[in-house]
Amino acid sequence: MSVVAGGNVLLAGVGGQGILLASEVLCEAFLLGGYDVKKSEVHGMAQRGGAVTTHLRFGPKVNSPLIEPGTADLLVAFEKMEALRFVHYLSPGGAALANAQEIYPPSVATGRERYPAGIEERLREFTPRLFVVDALAAALSLGEVRAVNIVMVGAASHFLPLEKETYTDALRAFLPEKIVEVNVRAFRAGRGLLPAQV
Amino acid sequence: MSIPARQLVKLFSGNEAIARGAFEAGVKVASAYPGTPSTEILENFARYEGVYAEWAPNEKVAVEVALGASMAGVRALAAMKHVGVNVAADPIFTASYTGVRGGLVIVTADDPELHSSQNEQDNRHYAVAAKIPMLEPSDSEEAKDFTIIAFELSEKFDTPVFLRTTTRISHAKGAVRLGEPSGPPFPPGFVRDPAKWIMLPLNAKKRHVIVEKRMLALKEFAETFPGNRIEWGDRSLGIITAGVSYQYVREAFPDASVLKLGMAHPMPERLIREFAAGVSRLVVVEELDPFIETHVKALGIPVQGKELIPIVGELDPRIVREGIAGGSAPVRAPEEVPSRPPNLCPGCPHRGLFYVLSKQKVIVTGDIGCYTLAALPPLSTMDTCICMGASIGNAFGIEKALGKAALGKVVAVIGDSTFIHSGITGLIDIVYNRGFSTVIILDNRTTAMTGAQENPATGMTLLKDPTHSLDLPGLCRAIGVEHVYIVNPHDLAQTEAVLKRELAREAPSVIITEAPCVLLPDHRKKKRPVYEVITDLCTGCKACGKLGCPAIEWVPFTPEEAVAAGKKQTQKGISRINTLLCDGCNQCPQLCKFKAILEGKS
Ligand code: SF4
Ligand code: SF4
Repeated sequence: MSVVAGGNVLLAGVGGQGILLASEVLCEAFLLGGYDVKKSEVHGMAQRGGAVTTHLRFGPKVNSPLIEPGTADLLVAFEKMEALRFVHYLSPGGAALANAQEIYPPSVATGRERYPAGIEERLREFTPRLFVVDALAAALSLGEVRAVNIVMVGAASHFLPLEKETYTDALRAFLPEKIVEVNVRAFRAGRGLLPAQV
Repeated sequence: MSIPARQLVKLFSGNEAIARGAFEAGVKVASAYPGTPSTEILENFARYEGVYAEWAPNEKVAVEVALGASMAGVRALAAMKHVGVNVAADPIFTASYTGVRGGLVIVTADDPELHSSQNEQDNRHYAVAAKIPMLEPSDSEEAKDFTIIAFELSEKFDTPVFLRTTTRISHAKGAVRLGEPSGPPFPPGFVRDPAKWIMLPLNAKKRHVIVEKRMLALKEFAETFPGNRIEWGDRSLGIITAGVSYQYVREAFPDASVLKLGMAHPMPERLIREFAAGVSRLVVVEELDPFIETHVKALGIPVQGKELIPIVGELDPRIVREGIAGGSAPVRAPEEVPSRPPNLCPGCPHRGLFYVLSKQKVIVTGDIGCYTLAALPPLSTMDTCICMGASIGNAFGIEKALGKAALGKVVAVIGDSTFIHSGITGLIDIVYNRGFSTVIILDNRTTAMTGAQENPATGMTLLKDPTHSLDLPGLCRAIGVEHVYIVNPHDLAQTEAVLKRELAREAPSVIITEAPCVLLPDHRKKKRPVYEVITDLCTGCKACGKLGCPAIEWVPFTPEEAVAAGKKQTQKGISRINTLLCDGCNQCPQLCKFKAILEGKS
């Protein structure tokens, strides 16, 4: 995406992965970038390992806070299987960005079901524009597992019509002082996971 | 008006916007009990300078405190989730009669789709039943504006005012323009006024007449209230809508004519008639009950509504578009993926208790909190869940129905905060009426479900001031329970021994499981071991998996893989602990007969 009037971004992952914070930072960046923005998610039980999604919409004027299936321009999945769960939200030309990290749901962890195989192939049936990154490894190399979320924001920034400084401004505006630096590094590391042209 | 300085526009959730609106309206006192999706209203309001904000033990007390503050002449707010209004209904219905001095606003945050609730009730009916006006914002900006307007209406019409949100208003974020806080409308002070404040039948009868007059005046006000507005467009379709449904309508039918109702009660009759007369097809789009629809029909106006728009769950633009225009856009079906329900956190103290309970053959009456998740497999250790505090009354009812046969067979489980909210009176009933049900209070030192709020047992207030911490065992003893025991739920043997003994006892008993919620900052700061499964020792018996800890993962084997790993060909797999998730609670090592789970390095 270069300069666009508006778009729909769906973030999906597992409670505890910091999706809410990532979506806050993205919203702040869109606001700094001069867009109207709305986002919607359900929280209150997000800490306990359930599937979590955030609907984020930006443009000159946004009405509905919800994205309809089949209309997301970008899917950002913080966990691989969650990409599959929400891939039907993608619009025909939409792109999917997935973290390679696997987190087992209870049925898999207790051996009642298997973690799905061939996820990437199944995702490609929906979109040729699939990008898989190892955000966990990038975060661990920064010495901060909790930075997976901002690594993903960095990778996602390639698909969004904002200058990269806008994200770092948003991080500074939004995060408490003492964690700004590690998150700015996480953002850069995430951005470095994909080539400039996506 | 142009949007000037950037810092005057903030991205707020509906809840943050209501908090801001209350601050700008000069609210001095706010009280609430946490409940999704309303919790963040008070959390955010408490951060403003010069205000008083508190967690009340329950919603009834919250409304009584707010009404008291109003009596003393300051603006006051009470906030709760939809089912909280059921608890608070008693003072609310009579506050409608007394009216107010300082403005009084009651926020009801409804939860269509039951994202985190036990029912999907539509609280617009409360406005009608209690004869209280209700405003309904459709985004964050309106949430702030309507909060301020609600206080003005409250004082002008001498009435409490409901502000109703739904989850997609409470938790959706949008841009909000900030304004300046205003001072109090008049100097505080309690003025004696028995005819207004003492609701003896004699006085209340007279107040009822005033209430009816007030509602007529409000109906007139609704005709010109700018929050009720017609947006004329294509006249072949006219839609009446309110709340977040307005956004879906605008998205689905950008060209249609729309009557947007910012006031759910009372409704503007003339405005509705004018709109209906101006369009050829009239449809009401609203979530949950046919509330507006019924009203429009009562005016004798033909209208479509629930035959097109579902009564169950929340809406979205597609449901609205397809409901009204028919047809359906081709969308690809979702992929088949293993479900991912929420789970108790790794290291959660509740898991230890429920594991022990799962091995007893007992009926477990449950309650509202994180621990309700113990109803899911593999623990599957809960048989009922109704409302805040119901576990205790339910257990006692089962005991009375089954008589002696219930001895050792019924146990109620309830969280610390839930017990304080509504469980105490149930326990009094058991003691008073000579029961023997066992009650387990899960004391994890916080109100965890809604994100770790303070409560009367935590020794800390919402404003982060240290305070008296409620003595739960002392309270149970004062009620008359002679057998009150505290156990550490991470110690499975101790928990089981005490549980067995108390279940068998033919007298009321309370077991308090005491261990902090793993989300509490103090707990997170503590260094704890991480456990690991020694692959060579694991026999794949799956005993540890019965805990359902998210950190314990099953690694399945084919017979060849089993042999390659040096196992019997018949071994189906081994357990593995995800060290990124393990919280070091030491529960699973107690289940492994083969001593395969040991403290790891980090
Ligand atoms: S209880 Fe021990 S032996 Fe059995 S599966 Fe778990 S780790 Fe392996
Ligand atoms: S010690 Fe065992 S039960 Fe406790 S958190 Fe770690 S893996 Fe889970």
